[in-house]
Amino acid sequence: MAAPTAAPTEVQRPDTDERSDVDRPWIVIVWNDPINLMSYVTYVFQKLFGYSLEKATRLMLDVHHKGKAVVSSGTQERAELDVFRLHEHGLWATMQQD
Amino acid sequence: MGFFARPHFVRTRAGDYKLRLSEDERALLRSLPDQLQTLLEAGGPDSGVEGIGMVRLFPPAYLEDRDRDEEFHRLMREELVNRRLEALGVLRDTIGGDRLTEEQLGAWMRVLNDVRLVLGTLLDVSEDRDPLDVDPEAPDVPQRVAYVVLSELVADAVDALSGALPPLGAG
Repeated sequence: MAAPTAAPTEVQRPDTDERSDVDRPWIVIVWNDPINLMSYVTYVFQKLFGYSLEKATRLMLDVHHKGKAVVSSGTQERAELDVFRLHEHGLWATMQQD
Repeated sequence: MGFFARPHFVRTRAGDYKLRLSEDERALLRSLPDQLQTLLEAGGPDSGVEGIGMVRLFPPAYLEDRDRDEEFHRLMREELVNRRLEALGVLRDTIGGDRLTEEQLGAWMRVLNDVRLVLGTLLDVSEDRDPLDVDPEAPDVPQRVAYVVLSELVADAVDALSGALPPLGAG
């Protein structure tokens, strides 16, 4: 085993953390509300994300029973677009880094 | 009304939608675009109209980051208002007719749902209580009736439009 050289770890570590922070995906969350119809929410998930009826229904039921569901994830830009489209359809959507 | 009511929107073989609306329903729908437009145009961030239902149309995007949220709304709000004005323009232009394209019915659905969101917030509706379960003399009964009618119309629009979704989703 080679003797340790002058360790650059102290310099590299914050750099690595920063990169993993940037790489962490953004998630889009839809929150329960008492007004939007269940069938409407299911339809919007199918229409906007191309999800099957089964997947869209499962997400809608998560929103309804658990109070929220993660409906998509990706880059910050992608998540902002999804949040915009969900707001356009009157759903209560927010985004955060996973 | 009820389970055996005839749907308000019927998909035709040609892929468009036939309207089956009563005169009362049409009158209600005719009144919506102007009302919603007034709200949308008045409801700027500094207008004070923000609290009453408008927050449901322009909710926060970032819950825990006020700076990012302000930036999001600075960039997106105008576009979001424009999309809503476009949709209510479609309702205004087509309310006198008997048929809608899929895209037009989608615009109707969004406008009707927007109005439900504002009305439902103002009326403080909950999932557990029938919105009409109030004193029949209460001053907000007309709004409650409108809310229920709009709910039926949105439900029918969703049913009709679901028939146009691709048969197999990606997920």
